[in-house]
Amino acid sequence: MRRLSRHALFWPLATLALLLLLNSCFNPAFLALSWRDGHLYGHLIDILKNAAPLMVVALGMTLVIAVRGLDISVGAVVAIAAAVATLLTGGSFNAGGEVASEHPLWLALGAALLVAAACGLWNGVLVVKAGMQPIVATLILMVAGRGIAQLLTGGQIITVYYPPFFAIGSGFLAGLPIALWIAAGLWGVLHLALSRSALGLFIRAIGGNPEAARVAGVRSAAITLCVYTFCGLAAGVAGLIVSSNVKSADANNAGQLFELDAILAVTLGGTALTGGRFTLAGTVVGALIIQTLTSTIYSLGVPPEVNLVVKAALVFAVMLLQSAEFRSLFTRRAAADSGAPR
Amino acid sequence: MTDAAIVLRARDICRAFPGVQALDGVQLTLRAGEVHALMGQNGAGKSTLIRILTGVYQPDAGNIELLDRAVAPRSPLHAQQLGISAVHQESHLLPNLSVAENICAGRYPRKPWTRGGGIDWRETRRRAHELLARLGIDIDVDQLAGGLPAALQQLAAVARAVAGDARVLILDEPTSSLDADEVRALFALIRKLRDQGVAILFVTHFLDQVYEICDRITVLRNGRFVGEYACAKLDAPGLVAAMVGRELAGTSGAVTHARPEGAASPALSARNIARRGQLRAMDVEIRPGEILGVAGLLGSGRTELARLLFGLDPRDSGDIEIDGKTARLEQPADAVLLGLGFCPEDRKHSGIVAELSVRENIALALQARMGLRKFLDPAAQRALAEKLVAALGIRTPGIEAPIGQLSGGNQQKAIIARWLATHPRVLILDEPTRGIDVAAKQELMNEIRALANGGTAVLFISAEIDEVVRVSDRILVLRDRAKAGELPGGAGEDAVYSLIVAS
Repeated sequence: MRRLSRHALFWPLATLALLLLLNSCFNPAFLALSWRDGHLYGHLIDILKNAAPLMVVALGMTLVIAVRGLDISVGAVVAIAAAVATLLTGGSFNAGGEVASEHPLWLALGAALLVAAACGLWNGVLVVKAGMQPIVATLILMVAGRGIAQLLTGGQIITVYYPPFFAIGSGFLAGLPIALWIAAGLWGVLHLALSRSALGLFIRAIGGNPEAARVAGVRSAAITLCVYTFCGLAAGVAGLIVSSNVKSADANNAGQLFELDAILAVTLGGTALTGGRFTLAGTVVGALIIQTLTSTIYSLGVPPEVNLVVKAALVFAVMLLQSAEFRSLFTRRAAADSGAPR
Repeated sequence: MTDAAIVLRARDICRAFPGVQALDGVQLTLRAGEVHALMGQNGAGKSTLIRILTGVYQPDAGNIELLDRAVAPRSPLHAQQLGISAVHQESHLLPNLSVAENICAGRYPRKPWTRGGGIDWRETRRRAHELLARLGIDIDVDQLAGGLPAALQQLAAVARAVAGDARVLILDEPTSSLDADEVRALFALIRKLRDQGVAILFVTHFLDQVYEICDRITVLRNGRFVGEYACAKLDAPGLVAAMVGRELAGTSGAVTHARPEGAASPALSARNIARRGQLRAMDVEIRPGEILGVAGLLGSGRTELARLLFGLDPRDSGDIEIDGKTARLEQPADAVLLGLGFCPEDRKHSGIVAELSVRENIALALQARMGLRKFLDPAAQRALAEKLVAALGIRTPGIEAPIGQLSGGNQQKAIIARWLATHPRVLILDEPTRGIDVAAKQELMNEIRALANGGTAVLFISAEIDEVVRVSDRILVLRDRAKAGELPGGAGEDAVYSLIVAS
């Protein structure tokens, strides 16, 4: 038990289990899964599906934070990618009553991802080459990005009518949501890249001591640039999932506050905000905790006007549970009570 | 007992960390008006003992008496309130505050509430000024602490430590970044405080300094108390034997010089390299198998030369050739690819990655040289680390322990291991022996010589002239950021000094 509780993922997983338990108390059918319309169906599947965009964004954020950075522009990049994808896909009814896309789907998706990656690269250049503080550098795109997205959409909500586009956000593959497959695939690719190449060591060295990493010959600048670019790309993927799920792009609201949820997910997962120590699996669990929190608020039947207060209280409780310092208050007392030798 | 009053007595102090018994029944007695040396090799437990006295750690067992009263410092602040202050190797002044603000920090005088109750800055300055005057330190109290030279910062840090009426002053390697004149100034201050009745605990690796200023010595070894000696009754060889636990052969003997062939073409040759405000144009050549020593005072351009050669700072002019080929050397990554290695002077800031394991720290440079895709898998890293840990005798609970947990000397060895793993053509060592005890120093020197005998060109930088003289095949002397001259190996310390001071 002692060893188990020392594992880095123990507390995030315990928190998630506790939340799920809480939900199933209020709603006995919460954990039930059934097979309907050729795929799995249930609250858990909804949570997994809805958490997918956040997981994707938070995975990118994890690496940025691991190299002592921060990217608060991801929400805006989600909006930009959504705008580009929906604009290029569009969709109109042709003579035969069939829906055709404006441009080929691969072009629309590719362009959206390219623009998103370019946004990430821009952030990276500001941080690495111009030497700006990450929070300030990405604040620029956070503010300007929504403006760019609105400019692209002409201030309108762009609606898509081309069905293949919907598959990304709401389709199913082998019984599970495609969005979940995308998130899992991204995690898998990252995991392989970090454990089968030197990238993981380099990122942890840069995050742990940037100057020492540079002296040891690590190309810190190039790696940091790549990490920011990847974070932008991940936000672009999330933008595709989000816009596909609601079949439209709203430049004002798509990806709203994603940056904060992503940072929260990274933190909940056990990654140190000071850089160096990071965990991809923890981030995935963190994103699931946040999505489950949202579901919990619905299943508790909280009225909309107190929604945010309840969420705040739950986040606070979760953070306390995860704080080693806070927990040690209790363990120390317990040790003292039982008279155990220190 | 002796006539001097006992101020502090620590008895049977024990403290364990996961996997290590850092202190095991250690005794320490400090007397008023005496300077007491605490000696021991790296990892002997000196730092742990100091941290217990200053309240950073709590002992597992044992007790501390201060003026015959049992005390248990809970935190550095609590220790200060009890009258135990410490000054560490790198002074901990806040660089963005003035000297006066630093000295009074935490105990600023207040204006009476009738005048608003705010901090009385005039009184702050007056107190700081008075304190410095009393200690005979000549510093403008309005100057920003960060703008002072390291030595004056150190003096100001000592002043701050004793400002709160300290009964015990702990000096943890205060001289390791000071040159001879600066050490003299610090010692004058220490003597003054001693005569005022402060009990001083002095930690250093310089044996000559112990005999210059200390009255008594306590020796620790492997966390155990070896003994307390009067300085007059224990000579240097005896002290070293007590620290090491055996007689040390050849501490002062010359390392065997295997003269490289004079004809060999240089492994590294730099022409006319310069950087404004850092280094004036100079040529440097090192042949394979040769140790080129660099001697000079603090600020003579020693470190600046190393940083230019390794591509850490951009140079304004000059070309660098490696093995006869012009090298595009603009960043450390280029240098590493070309087969250069560099152990920086500031180990904590630019050497170790404290959170990473010993294994990862050792593998880092080789992996950087191999690039992203040719991956040294964990098994290969382990084999590499095990081999180098054994070869250099690095003391660590295991290769998976975070390197930050190792003692300073072992961290230094691990950084050298990191470069040995890359089989460098040219290895630049900037103060590799700083903060390392005598026994480890000798091992390190032998290691460096063995490396050169294997064909590596070594640039050896040290503030300690005797070390440079002992190990080098050729000596480059720097003065005022320019080359003052070159001496052949075997030249005496006097020859080096005369070049350093010649004007």
